[in-house]
Amino acid sequence: MAEPAAVERPQGRAAGRPRPVAPVAAVLAVALAVSALVSIGAGAASIPPADTASYLWAALTGGTIPAEEAGRYQIVWQIRTPRVLLAALVGAGLGAMGVAVQAMVRNALAEPYLLGVSAGAATGAVAVGVWGGLGALGIYAVSGGAFVGALAAALVVYLAAVQRTGLSPLRLVLVGVAMSFAFQAAMSVIVYFAPDAEAASTVLFWTMGGFGAASWATLPVVAVAVVAGIAVLARNARILDVLSMGEETASSLGVDSGRQLAWLLALTSLVTGVMVAVSGAIGFVGLIVPHVVRIVVGADHGRVLAVAPLTGAVLMVWIDLASRTLVAPRELPVGAVTALIGVPVFVYLLRRRGYLFGGS
Amino acid sequence: MDLRLDRLGVAIGGARIIRDLTLEAPSGTVLGLIGPNGSGKTTALRSVYRSLRPDSGAVWTGDRDLWKLPRREAALTVAAVTQQHRAHLDFTVAEIVAMGRHPHHRHGGRLGEAERRLCREAMERVDVAHLADRGALTLSGGEMQRVLVARALVQQPRVLVLDEPTNHLDLKHQLGLLSLIAGSDLTVLTVLHDLNLAAAVCDRIAVLSEGDLVAVGKPDEVLTAELLKTVFGVDGEVVPHPRTGRPQILFSIPEPATTEGTR
Repeated sequence: MAEPAAVERPQGRAAGRPRPVAPVAAVLAVALAVSALVSIGAGAASIPPADTASYLWAALTGGTIPAEEAGRYQIVWQIRTPRVLLAALVGAGLGAMGVAVQAMVRNALAEPYLLGVSAGAATGAVAVGVWGGLGALGIYAVSGGAFVGALAAALVVYLAAVQRTGLSPLRLVLVGVAMSFAFQAAMSVIVYFAPDAEAASTVLFWTMGGFGAASWATLPVVAVAVVAGIAVLARNARILDVLSMGEETASSLGVDSGRQLAWLLALTSLVTGVMVAVSGAIGFVGLIVPHVVRIVVGADHGRVLAVAPLTGAVLMVWIDLASRTLVAPRELPVGAVTALIGVPVFVYLLRRRGYLFGGS
Repeated sequence: MDLRLDRLGVAIGGARIIRDLTLEAPSGTVLGLIGPNGSGKTTALRSVYRSLRPDSGAVWTGDRDLWKLPRREAALTVAAVTQQHRAHLDFTVAEIVAMGRHPHHRHGGRLGEAERRLCREAMERVDVAHLADRGALTLSGGEMQRVLVARALVQQPRVLVLDEPTNHLDLKHQLGLLSLIAGSDLTVLTVLHDLNLAAAVCDRIAVLSEGDLVAVGKPDEVLTAELLKTVFGVDGEVVPHPRTGRPQILFSIPEPATTEGTR
């Protein structure tokens, strides 16, 4: 009989107690503040961190600034600050939702878009962009289309995957992947018959993502969805622990995995749908952040969820900065930068720490 | 608390796996479940730890119908060590054992001092305390099996369900685990493939064949040469253990069937 764990004994985390979470979180919080300050100052008009801080202070406290600096203030407060905050929020949200989806479907390759949300969002956005509709939403009509598309996709995946006994992880993955293909096909058909080239650039934005559309008007919606979503997940960290051990173990520990999967699918789809609606489908962050965090703090979801949002936020702030400064004045799609920077870092980390994940 | 399977029937995907199975384990006794592959042993266990809902019949613990209890309540009564146990994430041994406390906490929360002591003691009982900080994915099959027994123990159930618990274990730990089972005051329902171990540890043995109960009783009543022949299709001698008097089975490897004959 084969010993299932025929793996080399790693020298990394497995040899000792996992690192404490609080110092890691504190370092990340400081890193996030510094990163945000640097990122807000950087760009076509470069502004020193001290000035950036004073503008932000003035904006928050209602202070005054010299008239000749009003232009720079506008850039900092009206354009860059919402953009950097959106990047941080979406990074945090993708990191946390990635953790949840990987535990739900027990798959190391899972990420928040696995269950059809991003394909549905892109289809919804393109449909509204090409055919119109949702006129009541004004300039947010396309974002509204993306959000509706994301939720519709999640609902279709749920209905197609659910059985008398509830949801099962494997069916969820299979149906999610299949539905993603179906939505992408639908989107291609819409673009093919579209009267103008506009649709193609809409597709590019929604499949690669970007924070160019950030504004103070949409930020609160994203903030509420992401923060509430992370808080609910953190409260249910134990459930994620149990689910990631498999259905049989979950039953024997009194957890109805079918029912838990259903509400987790609803939550992750809702939060991911909101994020995709404002920033498109930014790939890779939701896949790598959970792994990177587990390398440092171990698998326990209480610990992972304390660190993953901060990690995702810091990472995304830097990725956004790179996307808008590397080839300035043009902007690289954020999704392209996440992959180009993220993949080598990820492969390096996987090889270096003897990090283990199973599932097969 | 006693455990009673009452006219249990289970079908999976239209195939009838067990039929009208009635079994009883009085409080504090060990009931062994034996039978060839595919006879329905694991299915019967799954319907006890609420992984697979029976189509007919009921599972009783005392005067409570297990399938009518809230899931969490059921998990406070019955703990299980299942065969499907490959971890997906690299939890530490201590973290996996602590998950056994899950049904005791309505809303998550940290383990108390007494619970942490309980976990330590359970790990010591199955000899995995030295592995507490090791990642589960670095363990051997036998080490993992013992970790899962520790998790079931900290669940503090009254009924323990075990699916081939000696699988992967070396001889010392097989005997250690069985002595732990025999010495505990838990009601135990266990599937065992090794009939000699079953004879040594079980108070009563039930024999399944193709979903039907074909024999049940004390080991020396059930384990006979005739049963080995009819149910398992093997020849064996049943002799009493020289010290304990329990039945032990001596097998001889059958002559290989030759295609050329002896002419």
